[in-house]
Amino acid sequence: MRYYIKKVISLIMVLFLIMLLTFIAFQVIPGDSALSRLGVDAEPEAVEALRESLGLNKSLPERFFSFLSGAVRGDFGNSYQYGKPVGELLSARLSVTVWLAVLSIFMIIAVSVPLGLVCSRKEGGVADRIITMVTQTLMAVPAFFLGIVITLIFGLVLEWFAPGAYIAPGEDFGGFLRYMIFPAVAIAVPKIAMTVKFLKTSVLRELKLDYVRTARSKGNSERAVLWRHVLKNALIPVITFMGMVIADVLAGSIVVEKVFNLPGIGRLLITAISNRDYPVVEAGVVYIGSVVLIVNFIVDLLYQKVDPRVRIK
Amino acid sequence: MKQGRGQSNTKNWNMVIGIALVSVVLLFVVVGLFWTPYEPTAMSAALKNKPPSLLHPFGTDYMGRDILSRVMDGAGRTFLISIVTVAIGLTAGVLVGAFTGYYGGIVDEILMRLNDTLTSFPSILLAIVFVSLIGTGEYNIIAVLGVVFIPSFARVVRSEYIVQKELDYVRNARLLGAGNLRIMFVHILPNTRPILLSTITIGLNNAILAEAGMSYLSLGVQPPNASLGSMLSEAQTYLLSAPWFALAPGLMIVFTVLGFSMISENIGKKNG
Repeated sequence: MRYYIKKVISLIMVLFLIMLLTFIAFQVIPGDSALSRLGVDAEPEAVEALRESLGLNKSLPERFFSFLSGAVRGDFGNSYQYGKPVGELLSARLSVTVWLAVLSIFMIIAVSVPLGLVCSRKEGGVADRIITMVTQTLMAVPAFFLGIVITLIFGLVLEWFAPGAYIAPGEDFGGFLRYMIFPAVAIAVPKIAMTVKFLKTSVLRELKLDYVRTARSKGNSERAVLWRHVLKNALIPVITFMGMVIADVLAGSIVVEKVFNLPGIGRLLITAISNRDYPVVEAGVVYIGSVVLIVNFIVDLLYQKVDPRVRIK
Repeated sequence: MKQGRGQSNTKNWNMVIGIALVSVVLLFVVVGLFWTPYEPTAMSAALKNKPPSLLHPFGTDYMGRDILSRVMDGAGRTFLISIVTVAIGLTAGVLVGAFTGYYGGIVDEILMRLNDTLTSFPSILLAIVFVSLIGTGEYNIIAVLGVVFIPSFARVVRSEYIVQKELDYVRNARLLGAGNLRIMFVHILPNTRPILLSTITIGLNNAILAEAGMSYLSLGVQPPNASLGSMLSEAQTYLLSAPWFALAPGLMIVFTVLGFSMISENIGKKNG
């Protein structure tokens, strides 16, 4: 129990730290945001009124407090560019990014576990060598270049999908999923390559241990040893690795959303940066940051569930 | 025994292929610093989106610019940005890592907690935050990525220092009257070289990918200057009419990253 309490407190502290750092970061931007919105030759009274309504004339701690309490409630103020509440903008784009991440993580797990086991079953065998070579090459391909190649081959040459013609899930859910498969593959493939490699190392490490010999000597087939005995233990370090992968998938989706013209959080963030729409940037950063932290938190909990030794540390 | 020999052979092959790939890319880059077949920014209305030919081996882009020249120039810019980035991250990372690892204590505790938080974030997200603060452009992207890479270097160096400072040679040096600074940078630092080398190659890869990603998002190098990422971003619009435009810079990135990762894996295996 103490372990959980400690973990939760440290999660809350880091979340607080992120909000504080984000807040400070966007305070030090040179220039007065009221002035920059109205233009340099605006009436002083108008600037003052806007400062008042934006809450800019309050003291720093006061402003941080209102930012914090807003952020907890999901209220980040209004977007400069769209004039709408930032929370509304974010939640409209949330489903795209979440679907993209979920689809690619599903692909990563579904493909890399069997491949990793095949590789480690006969180290140095033909299957292992081919898979190792292919994964090493695929690891070097950035997701957005892979996305461009996929667009070229499957979109333009084979015409399996219309590039850039994103279909909203409310319109046609089947079409939406069919379109999302391609960006998900672009994100998943380099990560599958990494996961296979990591899993292989982990399985090979386990195979050297005594319990494997015991399992074999009890008459288990090699397949049963791998799937029922080794895999469970070999997956433990992979859990931590997957936490990193999930963070990477989220970051990768920022770039891949541009390749496939998806209206996700990443696109929103990039547009907001070029338009100096700070409330949106702030919210996007806090948002993605919190998701990454919470994923890591869940990974930690899972990890100690399957390997209680870490609690003692 | 037999298996062991087979393995070391494949490893050597990895090193050979890795060095070959990186050399080819470096040849492009180094020659590109002094000479390119055409002016990288020279436009020509008559040569729009021409496929590869003898005069233009990689074809031309939508403004009639020679893609080979632009790839040479752009790869050079991407490389330069990555090298300076890694140099900044490495220098600051070594300083932070050496002091925190060697002395430990409360400062170490706080810095490492901060470090853990920062490294759990994808570097491109951190870079995006910084760029939104200081703005886009070639020099800004160097500063941003340099800062973003400090934590990962600091972490590696710190854990090396924690191990090394307990070793006999450090005690001997102390007995001989060497000061802390001397021990840290004259005695311990050279011994971290193997780890640093493989960290540097991985860091270069990450920097190249990050620069390409940022420039692809138009947050890095700005037109008319070329970088591998910004070329890909331009090429995407003309994917159907000029697919070669995207392939040249994209394959350049793949070869570089593949080459460096093959080399770094080999260095890593030799040490561990």
